[in-house]
Order: sequence, then structure tokens, then C-alpha cells
Amino acid sequence: MSSALTAVRFDHVDVVFGQRAQEAVGLLDQGAGRDSILDKTDCLVAVHDASVFVNEGEILVLMGLSGSGKSSLLRCINGLNRVTRGKVLVHDGNSQVDVATCDPETLRRLRRNRISMVFQQFGLMPWLTVRDNIGFGLDIRGVGKAERDRIVDEKIKLVRLDKFADKFSHELSGGMQQRVGLARAFATEADILLMDEPFSALDPLIREHLQDELIELQQKLKKTIVFVSHDLDEALKIGTRIAIMEAGRVVQFGVPEEIILNPVNDYVRQFVASMNPLTVLKGGTLMRPVADLAREPGGNTIQLDRAGKCRCQLDNRGRPMNLIVNGKPGELVPYSTELNLSKLPDHVMICGTERTPMRAAVTVRSQTKRPLVLVGDDGELLGVVGEHEIYRGMLRQSEYARVDGAGPM
Amino acid sequence: MEQLDKLEKTITGHKIPIGQWSKAIIEWMTDNFEWLFDAISSVMKSGIDGTANGLLLVPPLVLLVMVAAVAHLLQRNWKITLFVFLGLLFILNLGLWKEMVQTLVLVLYATLASLMIGIPIGILAARRKTVWHAIAPVLDMMQTLPTFVYLVPMLALFGLGVVPGLFATVIFAVPAPIRLTYLGISQVPVALVEAGESFGSTRSQLLFRVKLPAALPTIMAGITQCIMLSLSMVVIAALVGAGGLGAPTVRALATGNIPLGTEAGLAIVILAIALDRLMKQRQVKK
Repeated sequence: MSSALTAVRFDHVDVVFGQRAQEAVGLLDQGAGRDSILDKTDCLVAVHDASVFVNEGEILVLMGLSGSGKSSLLRCINGLNRVTRGKVLVHDGNSQVDVATCDPETLRRLRRNRISMVFQQFGLMPWLTVRDNIGFGLDIRGVGKAERDRIVDEKIKLVRLDKFADKFSHELSGGMQQRVGLARAFATEADILLMDEPFSALDPLIREHLQDELIELQQKLKKTIVFVSHDLDEALKIGTRIAIMEAGRVVQFGVPEEIILNPVNDYVRQFVASMNPLTVLKGGTLMRPVADLAREPGGNTIQLDRAGKCRCQLDNRGRPMNLIVNGKPGELVPYSTELNLSKLPDHVMICGTERTPMRAAVTVRSQTKRPLVLVGDDGELLGVVGEHEIYRGMLRQSEYARVDGAGPM
Repeated sequence: MEQLDKLEKTITGHKIPIGQWSKAIIEWMTDNFEWLFDAISSVMKSGIDGTANGLLLVPPLVLLVMVAAVAHLLQRNWKITLFVFLGLLFILNLGLWKEMVQTLVLVLYATLASLMIGIPIGILAARRKTVWHAIAPVLDMMQTLPTFVYLVPMLALFGLGVVPGLFATVIFAVPAPIRLTYLGISQVPVALVEAGESFGSTRSQLLFRVKLPAALPTIMAGITQCIMLSLSMVVIAALVGAGGLGAPTVRALATGNIPLGTEAGLAIVILAIALDRLMKQRQVKK
């Protein structure tokens, strides 16, 4: 994790809107609150003392309610908002550029080549066709027509809009318009993608669909994405790291599981309370680790379920052996969505990894009546996820998960 | 009471010679720059008259068909094409063809001049609020000041003819493109401007690739309005000798000639409707 290059780093960033911003910053240092600063200086403190980062190829989600400063922070990266104090370091070639202080020429170069943006209201030019909208950034950069056509053809296929190339944006549905927005951002081949609530204006089904598409595209394209969202499910689904913002401050910054398991305050807890654990919690967080499993007296046989119908022994490397299921020699089969779980013979147990989602554990448990067995990279037994662990997960009382075994992402 | 009378006498007795000042300014200008105004006047006069005479060389029926064809190309609507064709045929029938062409040319030049002045000023006003605050009252004044007031100095500077008519028309019509260009550019959605900026547009790219195209429908409305305002000045322009459809109207007024007045007035109305339909933004079919 530490070996990855940091693509964007916010270093103690303040963003204050208003004429007397410097005065407002002084008041901030004296510990004044947002409201009193608004009263005294007529300035709005949008972001205060934000320090977060995103590594290359990762997705950072800035999350919070409206007015929490998440958009304001995002827009500092490409200079749509000016940074009042602090640094916004963007990795560029072999050096870092501080967007907060760089000259307009450098900022323009970053915007043309390094950073592109997707907007909540799409921001498509109504007088341009889909094709010309996608080529907009290239046109601004001065890319010739032949080259532009080639890139546009490629990107238009990427978002599957090739049949709509000559339509105007008002002829497309919201979801399709945002795919145009995505293709336009991809077209400049910028490595850093800023997404300002890109899916919030869409209805829930389309939103889910586009999230999946983004995740799929990201696996191919490996962009660095900074994504603004007010929806924790969305943040947990796509974020490598999440920064939760409240009233202009970053109150918690971490990987999704840290946020779910250790919400720092009531604000974060409220978000977590409304999330969907099935897609977010992973096997490694839920499981009862191997050390806590019941052992038969005197022996080294381990019980994998409460009733003791599934038992095994460990070899010298911790791998399960001599598996007994329902009185017969058992078999471990890796989890896959293609398995027909309800038709499995009753000596088979399903195994997964730390990363297997809770949804899979619930499916396995309900269809096979046996727990999900978790194994590590070398096949060593890590723990099991049974009925009890699932209930705990639902109630987010994951006491086991807080043990170090929770595993990093 | 006595003191009040005295005060009033003092006020009326010391009239601020604002009328004298304006006269002095105009006299100073004619004395020192007569050559310049004469040059402007003769160049413009020959341009306008030349265009009108050129168009009059074309046989009316040929020109009529050409105009109808242009209408069809612009609008692709047979109703509008038919209206333009029949309307112009009617004007020809009334015997006002020459006057109609003169008016058309005057309106054309006045509109072109208004756009060339108005659109850049509108853009500037949208960029700098201070410019807008400075010109807004001037625009109000240009449209409320009775036309005759500035027609007199125009006459002094340029003499009788089409040129003072053109200037008066431009003064009256130019606020429309200024206002609507300003309005159109100010109303460009922030999202579009930010999209333009986020891809690294320079200021001129932002203007020509984002703001102007986005403001185009409003600017087009300004152009149409400008044409209509120019047309509404034809009668007044005729008073200073600009000719065109205004001339028979003025003559009819002076001699109480009801038939001529009706015919000329009708011709102006038909021309106005035809130009308005011609310039209307074509509806984009969904």
C-alpha cells in the first residue's frame, strides 16, 4: 500500500468563499466556528483543514451530506475552486504540482492532459452531437480531426453508444447522457478522473448499472478517481478509500471496513446504520477465526459448525485435512456464482476467501445449511462464517472483526 | 411669498444653457470635422444606394423568386415560403417595389451595423459587470429619447439623405443586440462553463466554443428584434430623406392621401412579418 505513488494529496486545505477569506482563515485559527465566521466576515468556510490522499489506480470517495464541503474539496484538484490555504499536490510526470499556487498555464496543461471531470448535471454541450461532445476536450487541446475521430470512435464503443454518435444529448436518456460525460472524460486519456456526484441525478436502477459499469471500466483503465457521493452504499461499493466530511472537515478517512467497523462519531454512525451490509461486509470481517473454533477434547480435530457435523484437522501448514461432513469424507469447493448450491451433495462444503462478500456467505448458509469456510492464499484455514456470524454482521456487532484478522484491503 | 417669488425669478433668470452647449458642440464638430462627416456620409450613401440600385437592376419577378428560395432554404417550411412569395407579389402589385427594396437595404445595413457594434459590446458587458452598469442607463436613454431629438444634430452633421436615417436607426436598434447578447452570455449554465474550463479552455476558447454557441438562440432573438426595430424606423428615416416605404407614408400624411397611406402602411407590415418569419429560429425536430 505504501509503495504506490500518491496521485493527489490534499495537505491541510482550507477553502473559504467570500471577499474577506484571509480574515476568515485567521478566525479559523483562533477556533471560530463556521457560523460565527459567516456572521463576522460574510465568508463561507467550505473546507477546513482537509488532509487526504489518493494513490494511483485507486478510487477515493469524498462522502458527506450536502454542504459538507465534499464538492468544494474535489473542485480544488482542477482549480474550479481556489484553495484559500494549504496545498493540493498533483503528481505530474516526475514531479508534483501544487494546484493551489501554480500559474494559469500549468493549470491549463493539467486540465488538458492530466485531469478530466464528470459532472452531476452532465455538462454536455446541447449544440454538439454525442460524437462532438466526446471529442470536446481533444478539440480544446487542438488534436487534429483524424486523430480525434480515432479516439472518439474508441471511447464511444467503450461506453456502448456507437449507435447514437450523431444524436444530440437531449435525445438521450439521463443514463446515456452520463455515459457521454464519462466518454468525454476518458477521451483526453487523463489519468486522474474527478467525478462530482455523477450518478446522483439518475434513477436508482440506472445508477446501480452505471456504478457496475464504472467498476468494470476501472478494472481495464486503472484511472485514479476522486468521486464525490452522498450515498454510503455507493461509496463502499466503489471506494478504495473513503473520506467522510462533516461541516467542512474530514472526520474520518480510511478503507471501507474501517469506516463501517469503527465509525468515529455519531455522524458517521448514522451513515453506517443505513448502509447495506450484504455488499459491504467481507468474509474476513465476519468470520469466527480458527483460534476461536471449538476443538474436540484432547484431539486436534476442529469443529467447523456448532453441531459438530462438520469437522477437520489441520496439517502442519494450517491447511484443513481429513474433512468429515455429515459422517462422510468431505470435499471443499471454491465459491462461485455459477454453482448450483441447492443441488450440492451433502458432503460438500463451500470455501471462500477474506474478500468473499457477506451476500455469498448468506447464500451458502441458507442453501447448503453449512457454514462458509474461509481459506488463505496457501489454502490455510482462516475461519468460518456460519449463521451466528451472519447475524452478528447484520447487527454490526462484529466483535471478531475487530481482531487484527480483519485483514487489510 | 415675496421671497419665494424672488427665488423663482433667480432660478428662471439663470437658465443653465444646456441647449446652447449642445449646439456649440455640434457647431464645433461641423466646423472642425466637416471633411470627416462628409467622407463618412458619401461613402455610406454610395454603398447603400449602390446596393439598392444593384438589386433594382434585377427584374422584380426574378428577385422575388430568389427571395422566396432563400426563405425556403432558411426555414424549409412551405407556408412561410408561400407567404413571402405572395406578400412580395402584393407589394409589386401596389407599385411599391422600388421603395420596398430601398427599405430592405436600409434595414439590412442598419442591422449589420447594429450587430457589429452590439454583439462585441454585449460580450464585453457580460464579462465585466462594471461595463454593464455603465451602459445600461445609456441603452435606456437611447430607446426612450424621442428620435427627433437626435435627428436634428444628425441632419446638421450629415445633411439630408439616407445616412442620417441610418444613424438614427442604428441608435434606436443597437440596444437590442447589446441587451440580448449580454443576457444570453450571462445565462449560459454554469455547468457548461465549468465543463469548458475543466478541459483546459483558454478564455477565447471558452467564449467561442462554449459561451457564444450556448447563447446563440438568445442572440438570434436579438437579431430579429434588431431587424424589427430598424423597420419601425423607416417612416422617421424618410423624414430626413432616406426614401423607401417611409417616403410615401410621409407624403400621404402631408397631403391627407388615404389610399397611398394605406398601401404604404400595408407594405411595411407585410415586409415586417416576412422578415420576422424568415429569421425565426427553426425548431429542432426531436
